[in-house]
Amino acid sequence: MIIGLPHYLIVAAVLFSLGIICVVSRRNAIGLLMGVELILNSANINLVAFARYVESGISGQVFALFVIVLAAAEAAVAMAIVMAIYRHLRNIDTAAAVNLKE
Amino acid sequence: MEHIGTADWIWLIPVLPLLGAAINGFFGTRLQRRFGEKAVHAVAILMPSLSFFITLGYFIRLMGLPEAERQLLCHLFDWIHIDTFTVPLAFWFDTLSAVMALMVTLVGTLIHIYSTAYMHKDTSYWRFFSFMNLFMFAMLTLVLGDNFLLMFIGWEGVGLCSYLLIAFWYQDIDKAQAGMKAFITNRIGDFGFIVGIFALMWALGGGWSDSGFTLVNPGQLTVVFREVQQYVGSLEGATIFGMSVATFACLCFFWGATAKSAQIPLYVWLPDAMAGPTPVSALIHAATMVTAGVYMVARLNFLFAMSATAMTAVALVGALTALFAATIGLFQNDIKKVLAYSTVSQLGYMFLGVGVGAYWAGIFHLLTHAFFKACLFLGSGSVIHAMHHAYHKAHNHDDDPQDMRNMGGLGRHMPTTRWTYLAACVAIAGFPFMSGFFSKDEILWKAFSNANTLVPGWILWAIGATGAVLTAFYMFRSYYMTFSGTFRGGAETERHLHESPKAITVVLSILGVLSIVGGVMGLPHLWHLPNWLEHWLAPVFHGSQALVKWGEFTHSTEWTLMLVSVLVAVTGFLFARMLYRDNRSEIPARMLKRFPAIHRVLYHKYYVDELYDATAIAGSVGLAKVSDWFDKYIIDGIVNLTGYFARFISWLHGLSDIYLVDGLVNGLAHASGAIGRWLRGWQTGRIQTYLYGVLGGGLVLILIRFILFD
Repeated sequence: MIIGLPHYLIVAAVLFSLGIICVVSRRNAIGLLMGVELILNSANINLVAFARYVESGISGQVFALFVIVLAAAEAAVAMAIVMAIYRHLRNIDTAAAVNLKE
Repeated sequence: MEHIGTADWIWLIPVLPLLGAAINGFFGTRLQRRFGEKAVHAVAILMPSLSFFITLGYFIRLMGLPEAERQLLCHLFDWIHIDTFTVPLAFWFDTLSAVMALMVTLVGTLIHIYSTAYMHKDTSYWRFFSFMNLFMFAMLTLVLGDNFLLMFIGWEGVGLCSYLLIAFWYQDIDKAQAGMKAFITNRIGDFGFIVGIFALMWALGGGWSDSGFTLVNPGQLTVVFREVQQYVGSLEGATIFGMSVATFACLCFFWGATAKSAQIPLYVWLPDAMAGPTPVSALIHAATMVTAGVYMVARLNFLFAMSATAMTAVALVGALTALFAATIGLFQNDIKKVLAYSTVSQLGYMFLGVGVGAYWAGIFHLLTHAFFKACLFLGSGSVIHAMHHAYHKAHNHDDDPQDMRNMGGLGRHMPTTRWTYLAACVAIAGFPFMSGFFSKDEILWKAFSNANTLVPGWILWAIGATGAVLTAFYMFRSYYMTFSGTFRGGAETERHLHESPKAITVVLSILGVLSIVGGVMGLPHLWHLPNWLEHWLAPVFHGSQALVKWGEFTHSTEWTLMLVSVLVAVTGFLFARMLYRDNRSEIPARMLKRFPAIHRVLYHKYYVDELYDATAIAGSVGLAKVSDWFDKYIIDGIVNLTGYFARFISWLHGLSDIYLVDGLVNGLAHASGAIGRWLRGWQTGRIQTYLYGVLGGGLVLILIRFILFD
């Protein structure tokens, strides 16, 4: 079986869906962040796949690298927020952190 | 141009009293509280007396100058400067203003001293002296000002001070009203004065042509007396309102003078002005302010001499006032009222003098009158002071301390007052060798011999001589009713009568002596004695000398007239002595019964006040009422109607506002609120909810993309 573009896309879609499900269903803030990582990586898979099969050049890969750097930065910021929430509420349940509602 | 010396410190003469007024005006209450009355009157007396000494100094300097150069000018700065027209702030010290300033400062200082005793223990002691000093400032500005505008400032200033001092005891409504009456009457006259200034000024600078007023001689546009005199020749032939400009301007000026100097028809304020404290009556309403009109006519002699009409008007009004006021004075019972009408009458003589062209004689009478009338007023003040005091001590608060019917026999208790009053009476009545004799006789002689007025001289003389009989009569009537016979105010009151304090008697003595000897200033030519005053004033009246003409009469005529004058005075005196000497004569009562109508008319002052009430005052009050009615019903009606209409429109507008605009606004708000409440349900604060939203939204977008674009 020749692995082509559709296979990559299916993997990415599955990964994306898992990420979404993780994000919307998890009430733990850390789990939520993990979901976000899944989503970002599914996008990365798509980027490199399209770069390999559709485009010639390195722009796809560069884009993916940027996303990884960005994800790292995002994770750092998000973790800091989570730590702050924990210090404040002694809890990292997203259901508890609803103070900004109104 | 004649030579005019300069004198740098003349401005101090009016300004020092102003300074005194300011000190007492601003710090008077504090001074009085901390240092007592002494501090207040020390300042108030010091300033005018300094002015007096400065005046005296300059007077002496003036005497040392050659005759033609006897004038000093103190030019401070140019006050108004418009193109070629300049009004300097300058004081002019010529022979006329010198004698006036000397008289004003001398009499003023004496009356200030007198006032310390008269106003003793008055609650507003400082206010009185502040106003008095302010008056001195205004009067000296009037006298010394070298142009019409400065004179006008003084003219208004003395009017203001007169008002302030007449209404000094303003808690008494009658006195406050007397002050207002004086002020308003004076304002009516001031109007004439202003019109006169304008008429003269513009006539000098230009003339009327078909296209209106044009400036013909811009260089001659001036208000300075000297320059007006210099250019006055250019008024020859100029006419305004069908009369010559000189006549018009003179009549306007004289109109102002009738108010300020209490002549027919504007004399009515002066008798009421007696409501003020007696020193005020003496200073303002006898010696100085009321003579401002005479001074002004004398100052403008070059102008008045140009117009026979104006001279006749001045002389005739003066003569008639002299007689008219004297008749009213005959039967007044208030001692100050007698003196008030006497003042009006004597001012009439002065106008008669300046009206016929005997300017120096008018000024002569002005000076002698200042002495004897100030003495009379201050004497009456001394009497009133004593009467008031005695009534107070006797607990009698009902009788009027100014009513001569309550007096009598005061001479025993108040010798100094009595003798000085008598001296002044003798002087005013015109007994030989007294000051009033020389001045009044000179005026009557000049009136008789003048050839300028349109009325024959002998008529003016006859009116004046008749007035002189009456003058002698009412003055001695007041003397006898006050000082001789027996006291009619009750024994209890009599026990408390005593002579006034030193400050009063000393001043009275000085003025009494001046009343007697004041006449040496102007001895008659007939006696071949030097006439100092006429000679002294000659440079001032130089401009009018050529215009004033005198009839040819022999010495025997003059001797006869002088004899008649003496007889006139003696007749009046004898009548008064016969009727009122010991108050036991029944003739006055019988006469009263025989001629009640005459007495009533005279006693009620010819009903002139009532006449003015019925005409001018009722007229203006009526006009005010009509205007009030018009205002209330027509103007207010229109205004109210507009108001109602506006309110109706507003009501409609309000309805639409409440239901339409507000409905819209509120509806929108309600809608927003409802939507907000509904949407709030979506905002759970839980991140998952939002992610569902994002997801749902994304799906919807994808769906739309496929449905619409495939």
